[in-house]
Amino acid sequence: MSGHPSTYEPKYGATKWLDQRLPIVRMGADFMTFPSPRNLNYWYTFGGILALCLVSQIITGIILAMHYVPHIDFAFDSVQRIRRDVPFGWLLQPMHAVGASMFFFAVYVHMFRGLYYGSYKAPREVLWIIGCLIYLVMMATGFLGYTLPWGQMSFWGATVITGFFGAVPVVGESLQQWLLGGYAVDNATLNRFFALHYLLPFVIAALVAVHVWALHHVGQNNPIGITPKTQKDTLSFHPYYTVKDAFAVVVFLLIFAFFLFYQPDALGHADNYIQADALKTPPHIVPEWYFLPFYAILRAVPDKLAGILLMIGAIAVLFVLPWLDTSKVRSMRFRPVARGFFWIFLFFCFILGWCGAETPDNMVPFMSVGDKGLNFTWLSRIATIYYFAYFVVILPILGLVENPKDRPESITKAILGDTSHSAAAPAE
Amino acid sequence: MSETQVIDAHGEVIDDDKRDFIFIATGAAAAAGAALLAWPLVAQMGKAADTLAAGSVEIDLSKVAEGQQLKILWRGAPVFVRHRTAKEIAEAEGVDISDCPDPQTDDERLRPTPEGKLDPRFLVMIGVCTHFGCIPVGESGDFDGWYCPCHGSHYDTSGRIRKGPAPKNMAIPDYVYISDTVIKVG
Repeated sequence: MSGHPSTYEPKYGATKWLDQRLPIVRMGADFMTFPSPRNLNYWYTFGGILALCLVSQIITGIILAMHYVPHIDFAFDSVQRIRRDVPFGWLLQPMHAVGASMFFFAVYVHMFRGLYYGSYKAPREVLWIIGCLIYLVMMATGFLGYTLPWGQMSFWGATVITGFFGAVPVVGESLQQWLLGGYAVDNATLNRFFALHYLLPFVIAALVAVHVWALHHVGQNNPIGITPKTQKDTLSFHPYYTVKDAFAVVVFLLIFAFFLFYQPDALGHADNYIQADALKTPPHIVPEWYFLPFYAILRAVPDKLAGILLMIGAIAVLFVLPWLDTSKVRSMRFRPVARGFFWIFLFFCFILGWCGAETPDNMVPFMSVGDKGLNFTWLSRIATIYYFAYFVVILPILGLVENPKDRPESITKAILGDTSHSAAAPAE
Repeated sequence: MSETQVIDAHGEVIDDDKRDFIFIATGAAAAAGAALLAWPLVAQMGKAADTLAAGSVEIDLSKVAEGQQLKILWRGAPVFVRHRTAKEIAEAEGVDISDCPDPQTDDERLRPTPEGKLDPRFLVMIGVCTHFGCIPVGESGDFDGWYCPCHGSHYDTSGRIRKGPAPKNMAIPDYVYISDTVIKVG
């Protein structure tokens, strides 16, 4: 890790000896004293929250794996046994299942924060891309994990998602059957999904290490997007941001605890309490809530392969975003026009989520009378068009034509209010 | 070569061509070895012998009454055996298939009986939507055939895709009539 000169001085003989051989204590000390912009707000605490989520998922996951049986005849019952018979299983299983939802909630906040404050722009492109990779592996892990309880949604979700691979021209069917290990989702599929679900979190952990490395190399972005110029613009990570992160974690855990103790199944689907049945498709298949916007994009197109390509494109476009946004100004605080488009973008992401949860042919409330007006297919088409337009039309053009507001000279000046622009600056 | 000869510490002439050859040969052997090792690592995920062997099912058509549909699990997927009514047969045969996304006549979707004739009463197909693999619901949809609840694909009484996102007709499995009333699937 680089970024600032080390101030660590080993005091004892043993620590001096170790420091010459493996400067691991120095690395930790440098991490804790890392100079962070002094104006980071609470949206910047979600990195720490996400680290906690990952650790929590890995610990509860390893525990669940000690009791879970990855076989189609026993999987469903073994999950019920964990919840009913295993000591504290009632706590640990929902902690993992609700934890997945909380993990995705936090990652979405983290990503929208990055979009708003321009955290993907130079010199943070690689940091952003690694973040996108983490999100991609998270999606794979979430999908694989949802298959394991072997309920109806597990089974049919797995059937639909692996069906994507069947849409690949020529080799599609062979590829799909290779992934499944059979003609359809079956025991071979469940077994390998379990193995991969156990593997991927450690891939995420490795990617997180690289993500943090990149972060410490280029330094954190901040709400005004102005690079710290002097030491006055920064604060030591500890105690300033360890305490701030800790407070945010407590608030986050309160929300977590509400779901965990009072609504452990609210974020799941009732059909997953019916054991998987290869002969009966549930009347309405929906993915977990955190995949709904992408599901809506998939269904917005009447063609199978085009729908899949569009859905992949919705994630792929994030990877090239650093080069699509032509504006040199990072923070939306100084981009009044782009800011408006950003909020519309956020709005349409929620709309896509709503469309993903509804039956495509149903009519949209308040926007239709009887069977006349807007149905969910068309609403998802409109939202899909905006989703892509935001990245490939609006941001590229806006960077060239928009007239951004004047930016403060430095973080310190923005905070201390000795410039005329201070009104736009945070009072953190 | 001779004017650029390099002598190493042991007094031996360094032959760059020989070194390049050894370097490339070593690299090629390592790459071939890695590919050979990768083969079983990849192939193990394919269908196992017992899965492939889970072979065939015999179905007695005489037990399926008119207007009834049998659903049998074959290779992890349901096979529909439908005893079609006269109206359904007429609908299936009366379609102008040039309008279909995946044109196929009703006869092309049947298999001959031991006498070499087609029995349009019995439609045998894999009851899996060709969109994303859901199981369509019978006697529903805009064409009186099957309707897939997942993403709204409509199939007619011959199991042909007529409307919605599915690209193909529902598949016809490999099957033969082993007597007038019994078929063998697989």
